[in-house]
Amino acid sequence: MVGGCQVDALDVARWQFGVTTVYHFLFVPLTIGLSVLVAILQTMWHRTGNERYLKLTKFYGKLFLINFAMGVVTGIVQEFQFGMNWSDYSRFVGDIFGAPLAIEALVAFFLESTFIGLWIFGWDRLPKRAHLASIWAAAIGTNLSAYFILAANSFMQNPVGYRINPDSGRAELTDFPAVLTNKVALITFPHTLAGSFLVAGSLIVAVGLWHVIRNRDSADTGAYRFATKFGSWVVLIASAAVLFTGDIQGKIMTDVQPMKMAAAEGLYTTESPASFSVLTIGSLDGSREVFALKIPYLLSYLGTGDPNGTVHGIDDLQAQYATQYGAGSYTPIIPVTYWSFRFMIAFGLAAGAIALLVLWTQRKGRTPSSKWLLRAGLAMPVLPLLANSFGWIFTEMGRQPWIVFGEMLTRNGVSRSVSLAEVLTSFTAFTLIYATLAVIEVKLLLRYAKAGVPDVSEQPPTDDADDAERPLAFAY
Amino acid sequence: MDLTTIWFLLIAVLFTGYFILEGFDFGVGMLLPVLGRDDRERRVLINTIGPVWDGNEVWLITAGGAMFAAFPEWYATLFSGFYLPLLLILLALIARGVAFEYRHKRPEASWKRRWDTAIIIGSLLPAILWGVAFANILRGVPLDADHEYVGGLLDLLNPYALLGGATTLALFLTHGAVFLALKTTGDIRERAGALAVRLGAGAAVLAVAFLTWTLDIRSSAAAVVLAVGAALALLGAVAAARVRREGWAFTGTAVAIGLAVATLFAALFPNVLPSTLDAAGTLTATNAASTPYTLKIMTWVAVIFTPVVLAYQGWTYWVFRKRIGVANIPQH
Ligand code: HDD
Ligand code: HEM
Ligand code: HEM
Repeated sequence: MVGGCQVDALDVARWQFGVTTVYHFLFVPLTIGLSVLVAILQTMWHRTGNERYLKLTKFYGKLFLINFAMGVVTGIVQEFQFGMNWSDYSRFVGDIFGAPLAIEALVAFFLESTFIGLWIFGWDRLPKRAHLASIWAAAIGTNLSAYFILAANSFMQNPVGYRINPDSGRAELTDFPAVLTNKVALITFPHTLAGSFLVAGSLIVAVGLWHVIRNRDSADTGAYRFATKFGSWVVLIASAAVLFTGDIQGKIMTDVQPMKMAAAEGLYTTESPASFSVLTIGSLDGSREVFALKIPYLLSYLGTGDPNGTVHGIDDLQAQYATQYGAGSYTPIIPVTYWSFRFMIAFGLAAGAIALLVLWTQRKGRTPSSKWLLRAGLAMPVLPLLANSFGWIFTEMGRQPWIVFGEMLTRNGVSRSVSLAEVLTSFTAFTLIYATLAVIEVKLLLRYAKAGVPDVSEQPPTDDADDAERPLAFAY
Repeated sequence: MDLTTIWFLLIAVLFTGYFILEGFDFGVGMLLPVLGRDDRERRVLINTIGPVWDGNEVWLITAGGAMFAAFPEWYATLFSGFYLPLLLILLALIARGVAFEYRHKRPEASWKRRWDTAIIIGSLLPAILWGVAFANILRGVPLDADHEYVGGLLDLLNPYALLGGATTLALFLTHGAVFLALKTTGDIRERAGALAVRLGAGAAVLAVAFLTWTLDIRSSAAAVVLAVGAALALLGAVAAARVRREGWAFTGTAVAIGLAVATLFAALFPNVLPSTLDAAGTLTATNAASTPYTLKIMTWVAVIFTPVVLAYQGWTYWVFRKRIGVANIPQH
């Protein structure tokens, strides 16, 4: 194949991976967070017998399922995309990378998909306890799945537990526990979970608040008020967790991928102590600075834990990598890393701030009514979703030009046998179908969010020995 | 038995499980316009597979993951080589999965019709393309010495592969009809049973032709025995369907599909993807495999978790064992 053509197929393959993965990760955080929160609501109903919790379980459960379907179907693409577009990458790391993926499917996906089915259709088929256990099993499966996939991703950020076979040139697994306990995986997992609960809590608040403010005369106001507070607390706790884990992640990142930290800051020259740039306007190639707002010592602290610690600059690292790995650019696209890092933090923490506001306006039984609060509340779920996307864009773009840090360049991982036309076809097809489905899914979510909590006065009997004519408690 | 052979077997088991399980829900999806005359009837059909289709599909995800882990070269070459067919399968699975969840979420007839189309096409395409893909795996494809696929799309559309596609299509249709006869009541059950007999006869003809051609391309003693078993099971299924022994008929189609897939793997072994060009390009269970260390870990994981998965998936089928009919479908 001609060299020039190859470069183009690579670009499209990268865009396709970015688009399909960011898209998958719009649904994943809600699945991760909401599965647990719905399980908690159902447990509260189980414990107290209070119908309010049953209503909320069914209501948010429905929103959860609308979202879940999209997480599932976009996930299948992910599973096969490594082979389709990144076959040389798959050959290189398959020995290591495939194992967590296979384990994820066997241990986590089976659990969640099977028990979700039992939960959806089991309201009148299972004893109450078994039904409750089903949603918990699904929630556990979902959260487990995140762990295995993040362990796989962490290997790409910080390869451990392997050796390079000198004959085949392939990476071979030597220590599987080391892969699963990669220090990057151990911190990425809680950080990602925290980010997910931020999304799920925010959705609960937004929908609850809409009903509290716009649906005042509803008999279910009590339920919505409860939901709003419940969600707000989740958001606050998740915000704290995201900060705490993010701080540790920054230190680990500085240790294993110093270039990424330098790129996050647009820090060209090594500094000790280094200040954190809140906002820099100017040319990001470091040649000219028009305006900069900086917090002294913060970057040193973020990166090293010591306010006077040394943070390496891009220029030094570039020179060092060029000697170590041979001539070439080892610098990611700085504006992307710089801004995505800031957007992640800003959008995520904004959701936390709104949650505080929501709690404040409902203190001591007050009913909030402000139009502005409602608008802020409705924006809430979007903020952490953006934060999550930017966080991932930062992580993955900050790793460039590597696909496996220090071991394989992204351009060497792409499928050689796949033509530009083929990648363009698949990229276009996925983008079109994903865009269409996005519109449909958002409309459905809004429709069901507006419809409000269901009537649960008629509980279906849960015994089995009854007439064959009884309608199913749930049917597609 | 060495680890690569064990993993070859496990991959075969995963794909066999996948085709037996998702085979009937592809069949149900394709029969939607045939057996579901109005919305309520179509809902009966969809609800027979409602609680289980996602769990069935995870067999495919697991097979893909296991292939990646145990035979990275196979995974890499196969999915980059069979690029466009796989793309179509993925698009179909996306449309179909969303359709099951979203179809009943709005009352308008036009909304439901559109999702019905998604279910029908989303089931039809993979039902054909899996057959085409597996036939090509068995027949072999042009691979260079680096195990890179060097053929084009047309190489995949040879007569043998197309017969393979027709065979899986017919088998899954029969399997779906038999499943519906087993899981529904009343009128639908009658029609599904009658249809199963006719479909089964056609499937038997195609399957015998396809398996014979298969054994002509590549064969082993085990493959011959399995192929004969598959044909007998299919004939048994048709006979059982005729006399309305629905449980036996379903067992028959399940066994037939299982043995047919097993035939392909038995004929293929020890290759995993033969090259039609240079023998050096052929991928085998040995040269495509991961290291023994990875295989050992994966074996432990499989030994521990596969029985657990089988137990709770089996339990799901038990929980939802009741037949359903139009009377069981709620108003909304
Ligand atoms: C709501 C989401 C959210 C919020 C508010 C934050 N993060 Fe984050 N962050 C993510 C969601 C996220 C993420 C999408 O989940 C990422 C992508 C990969 C990962 O591990 O988590 C991420 C990655 C990520 C990384 C990159 C890790 C790597 O590539 O090795 C760092 C250093 C931080 N975060 C640090 C922070 C800090 C210091 C934050 C606040 C002060 C923060 N994050 C808020
Ligand atoms: C945890 C599982 C993940 C794995 C195994 C993974 C793996 C990969 C691979 C193989 C590529 C293509 C090669 C490359 O460009 O480096 C890539 C790129 C990318 N990924 Fe991830 N990824 C994961 C999660 C995510 C998530 C959740 C997101 C976003 C929400 C994301 C965003 C991106 C983006 C934007 C790129 C394109 C970067 C570029 O090519 O410049 N990734 N990732
Ligand atoms: C790029 C690598 C990724 C791959 C190969 C992948 C694979 C998959 C697959 C195959 C499914 C469908 C499962 C089903 O049918 O039930 C899925 C859904 C899901 N994935 Fe991903 N995924 C990736 C990225 C991520 C990331 C980064 C996370 C979390 C941190 C994640 C967590 C989930 C969750 C929670 C679901 C929800 C639905 C479900 O599991 O069924 N995935 N993914």
